[in-house]
Amino acid sequence: MSALSPRRWLPHLVLGLGALVMLLPFYWMILTAIRSPSEIFDISLWPVPKHFAGIENFTQAATSVPMARFMLNGVIVCGGILIVQVLTAVPAAYALAKLRFPGRRLMLSLVIAALCVPMQALALPLFVGLAKAQLLNTYFAMMAPFLLSVFAIFLFHQSFRSYPDEIIEAARLDGFSELEICWRLVLRGSLPSLAAFAVFSVVAHWNDLYWPMIVVTRTELAPPPLGMLFFSDAETGANYGALMAGATLITAPIVLCFLAARKQFVAGITMTGVK
Amino acid sequence: MTAAFPAAIPHAAPRRDARARRMIRRGLAFAAPAAVLLVVIYLLPLVMLAGFSVTDYQLGALRWSFVGLKNFAAAFRDPVFLRALGNTALYAAIVIPCGIFLSLGAALLVHGTRRSRALWEIAYFLPVTATLVAMATVWQFLLHPTLGPVNAAITWLGAAPVSFLGTPALLIPTLALIGTWQIIGFNMVLFLAGLTAIPKDLTEAARLDGARHPVDRFLTVTWPMLGPTTMFVAVTTSISAFKVFETVAVLTKGRAGSETLLYALYLEGFDYSNTGYAAALTLIFLAIVLVLSIGQTLHLEKKVHY
Repeated sequence: MSALSPRRWLPHLVLGLGALVMLLPFYWMILTAIRSPSEIFDISLWPVPKHFAGIENFTQAATSVPMARFMLNGVIVCGGILIVQVLTAVPAAYALAKLRFPGRRLMLSLVIAALCVPMQALALPLFVGLAKAQLLNTYFAMMAPFLLSVFAIFLFHQSFRSYPDEIIEAARLDGFSELEICWRLVLRGSLPSLAAFAVFSVVAHWNDLYWPMIVVTRTELAPPPLGMLFFSDAETGANYGALMAGATLITAPIVLCFLAARKQFVAGITMTGVK
Repeated sequence: MTAAFPAAIPHAAPRRDARARRMIRRGLAFAAPAAVLLVVIYLLPLVMLAGFSVTDYQLGALRWSFVGLKNFAAAFRDPVFLRALGNTALYAAIVIPCGIFLSLGAALLVHGTRRSRALWEIAYFLPVTATLVAMATVWQFLLHPTLGPVNAAITWLGAAPVSFLGTPALLIPTLALIGTWQIIGFNMVLFLAGLTAIPKDLTEAARLDGARHPVDRFLTVTWPMLGPTTMFVAVTTSISAFKVFETVAVLTKGRAGSETLLYALYLEGFDYSNTGYAAALTLIFLAIVLVLSIGQTLHLEKKVHY
């Protein structure tokens, strides 16, 4: 086939046009974030602004709302959720995969059943419970429904099952405690699963709006998506440059991680069917 | 599942008893934190949800009474809820076919490329990772009637500008457009995994059997072999379509009759504090999601064995 044959270049042309549509919002976001307000009315896709206003726009985004605070809240909430999820799911998955105890089968069935229940179905009773306990508007309330990830238990259980029993038995004879076996031997054999789960968990909770919108009303506790909502409501139409600068700041951490670790990212996000 | 287990238990009888008991204690101790959270986060809330749904409880109210199935009956006469249900169905009816076939097309094309594969994967997957709330704000600007490039292009082509987010009839289709944009990369990656799993010999055999044209080979080999993947993609796409919320919260806030299922539920439960009624709506939402995911499990099990 010659280089000019349509079979050669047509797929690339179609994919290229599709990619333009997929990337247009990102391009427009960054372009607007570095343009001055007067240029926004020109509607040109030319990448170089006549007057570089990026510094003004990002400064305004960072000062008119506590953007740094939103990001910090996002880090605290995502980090807290991930740590507790791993601390609770790994031992449970190890017990389900490698230890025998009464109720094991029941727990495994409950975990699999719980996989089908979306978080939004649990939000109402959890909200009532947290409201009664006077815990609304706290970091704990933002993390509470996600402290247990049945998905993590399921994933680690699948992965731990293939760990050889002979090694576990040998380690026990060598005087390793069960905790050491679980965390230092078995988990080490499942590090790719752990990495993929971490990606999945952080992306899901960094981007989540539904639950924070329910339990948080105070601006200083808002995670990035809720902060963005406050920001866009407050700034309607007034300053698109600053709004887009804010959107860039919120989107950047996850997008940069994706670009840095594409393989783990794709694995982490797609291994679960239901986001 | 536990075929290798007996090997882990030594044969000496008295020691076995002691060890088995220790094993049980450890198993319980290791599983306990997760088991407690499973009860507190999943089981209790589901019981409470069912309980709320048959009362007229309102958060903060001191008195409440048992109303039986009245909340469910009211839901199916509530114009707002019915409109939300219809909107969500319309949204799903656009996002499901577009999200499946556009991503399948992209996956087939990307699968055929060699050196540029990583590049396409990045371009199409980027919207999946981006914070939807922020990107919805960007879309609002892109689709702006006077300031957005989309309408600039429409005007340049000679048509009248379209107010995507100002015309009630266009609100849900516009949200569906953004929903499709966000889900294509996710589905494409799933399809790519399915395509990679198809043995090369099969395509080769079809070629030798006379399926010369790529379309023939697609219809005789690729499409049937992708069956389980397509089913999985269809189910995950429909579940995410029924959970549409962020774009509504940012772009329409339910104005001009554009509520979706989760948004209506959010308003009833958390804005108006009609806990009992919202619980009934939640159970209807849960039933829809469960039917979709059970369909997924059954179909997957059936299709996995060729």
